[in-house]
Amino acid sequence: MKEVVVQKDESNTPRQKKTLKDYLSKFGPLIGLVILMTVLTLLSDKFLTMNNMMNIARQSSINALLALGMLLPILTAGIDLSIGSVLAVSIMVMGIVSVNMGFSPIIGIIVCLAVGAAFGLFNGLLLTKLRLPHPFISTLGTMNIARGIALIVTAAAPIAGFPYMIQFLGSEFVGPIPVSFALVIVVYVIFHIFLTRTQTGRYIYAIGGNKEAARLSGINVDRVLIIVYTISGFMAGLAGLVMVGRVNSAFPLAGLSYELDAIAAVIIGGASFFGGVGTVWGTLIGAMIIAVLRNGLNLLNVSADFQMTVIGLVIIAAVFVDVLRQRKNKKR
Amino acid sequence: MKGIKKSFNQNHVLKEIDFDVKAGEVHVLLGENGAGKSTLIKILTGAYEKDAGEIYWGGKLVQITTPVDSMNLGIATIYQELNVIPELKVYENIFLGREIKRGGKISMLNHKEMRKEAERYLGMLGQSPKLADQQLSELGIGQQQLVEIAKALTLDAKLIIMDEPTSSLSSTEVEQLYSCVEQLKKKGIAIVFISHRLDEIRRMGDRITILRDGFKIETLPVKTTETDYWIELMVGRALEEKFPMQSFTIGGEGFRVESLKVPGTSELVNFSVRYGEIVGISGLVGAGRTELARAIFGADSHGGGKIFIGGKQVRIKSPRDAIDAGIAFITEDRKSEGLLLDQPLDFNIAMASMKKFRNKSGMINLKAIRDEAKNYLKELKVRPNDIDLHARKLSGGNQQKVVIAKWLCTNAKVFIFDEPTRGIDVGAKVEVYRLMNQLVESGVIVLMISSDLPEIIGMCDRVLVMSEGKITADIAIEEASQERVMKAATGG
Repeated sequence: MKEVVVQKDESNTPRQKKTLKDYLSKFGPLIGLVILMTVLTLLSDKFLTMNNMMNIARQSSINALLALGMLLPILTAGIDLSIGSVLAVSIMVMGIVSVNMGFSPIIGIIVCLAVGAAFGLFNGLLLTKLRLPHPFISTLGTMNIARGIALIVTAAAPIAGFPYMIQFLGSEFVGPIPVSFALVIVVYVIFHIFLTRTQTGRYIYAIGGNKEAARLSGINVDRVLIIVYTISGFMAGLAGLVMVGRVNSAFPLAGLSYELDAIAAVIIGGASFFGGVGTVWGTLIGAMIIAVLRNGLNLLNVSADFQMTVIGLVIIAAVFVDVLRQRKNKKR
Repeated sequence: MKGIKKSFNQNHVLKEIDFDVKAGEVHVLLGENGAGKSTLIKILTGAYEKDAGEIYWGGKLVQITTPVDSMNLGIATIYQELNVIPELKVYENIFLGREIKRGGKISMLNHKEMRKEAERYLGMLGQSPKLADQQLSELGIGQQQLVEIAKALTLDAKLIIMDEPTSSLSSTEVEQLYSCVEQLKKKGIAIVFISHRLDEIRRMGDRITILRDGFKIETLPVKTTETDYWIELMVGRALEEKFPMQSFTIGGEGFRVESLKVPGTSELVNFSVRYGEIVGISGLVGAGRTELARAIFGADSHGGGKIFIGGKQVRIKSPRDAIDAGIAFITEDRKSEGLLLDQPLDFNIAMASMKKFRNKSGMINLKAIRDEAKNYLKELKVRPNDIDLHARKLSGGNQQKVVIAKWLCTNAKVFIFDEPTRGIDVGAKVEVYRLMNQLVESGVIVLMISSDLPEIIGMCDRVLVMSEGKITADIAIEEASQERVMKAATGG
């Protein structure tokens, strides 16, 4: 074996073909949703009706909006536990402004969104300026602060009788389609473009992938994180607006533990808790899976307590499938 | 123990490799990144399962399908990234998971016994027994590595695999490792040694096996064969030169640092670089070389100083400022500071120059990114040539090329390389050197921090030597000898 073999030039090897497996792993959450819907269609004749589908669309919209907000912190390897409480404080302040004080509904809506964004900004500043070690801690603090304020502002009394304009988003329909669901679609498209096509959007993935490498590549990490948490808070305000429309009242315990459903949707949708991985469409499917599951279990007369157990199992199963997939990827 | 023999056959990665180790010998595995060294080792340690072939241990056919199988046989591995717990003491680390307990119903830990045993094993490696009681985080990487070796001894290891053990050690630590390996050999322990450093292989190895493209090319005795012949076998062709040094006409001053304060020292640093030259920065680990580069790049807040590029002063307070001023910084640790391992290559390449790809409406032009990334992959001969691949999947040398592409993409005028060839194979090293030449030729300022003195002497026109945060010598390469540089580096 003395002669030296000339090395082959491998630079022109064609790209590896996408296998069926690759597609399966890419569309895993979607396939899960389709299987779930098929099973429910077989089990209940009430499930696959136009009426019920629109019902699911309406029921899923609040969580879909919150989950979309939650996606951003999770993409940066962070989390926002405060969104449920921020939702409550946003609608309570809106109630005071537009019902108790009688300002125009437009001002009410702006205030609602602004309060949400302000709490998000607060979270971002805690993380970047005070350098609290992990957003789990800072947003846990904000969660309690916001809930406390929501209770204080009206001495824990609910506010009802919102003007039509404020209720519009959460209660109206365009043809058979709920306005809230149309809003979800529009906002998701905007986020998709934001995350894939703008500089800040791409930076969010870069920070989640490797914060130090991002910083040394000239990315202003603090600025991006502040934007991320502000958007998350803003989305809590927007979800609050939809909620007020649905129930026609604002109450201080609104949105209690909603952050957990939002996290569940993001994770079921294939995002990684370690950051850098996740898409808006995955998150939407995650939110739909939770809504379909709830709806289906209701149709099958399964009690609410049992529903929680099932959703818990689905979260674990979804993450486990993801872990298996990654293990396989690494072995290759 | 007579030795292991194995032959197996896996589609692309390894093609029927025979490999054996004798008791008390150091057997070196040499090959370019992607030649199959890691895969071979992983099969031996049970991390991967082989597709075909047989493994013999002490003459008997054995099955290794899990890491536990491998451990039970007496195979231990010292990885580049150490598996130690910094918060625990040395003896606690050594007995982690196999703590010695007192008898009785409630089995309390027997700290005394563990400490005594740890001292004994550390003694075997020529270490002071006091080491056993120290907190691991207080130790240097070299000593942490010795702790791992001691742990392997307590496991009664007969074969120790060392994966580039010297890549992050200082020269004294390397010496310590050498003598430790001698001790192990005397005890009849077999060692499989992976390294890219040829001088080290010559010094420590008994036999050497060269892998290329998943084939075993040859096993040779180290003593009686030439280093150049190893390289020839490894890269599959005669390598014309290890250091493709080119001389260009030296122009005027292109880069100057004036009284820059390096964090962690009280020293102010002054130096300048002219067009057409490559300037090396040498010194011992901890001399402040990386800190100097980081200070120039604005990576840490620094206490002032002036930086001039092309005669014009630039203000740098953050990496963003540095990039806008035209500085590129190829960091020492490409995985933790350079790459997004789980993102595709095109994103990695465009990450530092997103602004360039923005169109009028503020949207990123994804196609432009793909096109430009494709060009870089082709130009730098990155393999595999696929922009959708995640950076994690590439070998070290190819990852380094992607990092360099990221900075080429910013159109930087000043390139600071920090240990650019650490852990990459000989072929890729030469490509990195060629690239430096091209940069200098096109009028870019090139600075190279390196602990590899032959590399500095082989590639640079001038070397700055640092010691304790200040530049202690500025030597033209014709006058630079290893002795002279080392003397300046040790502050002599």
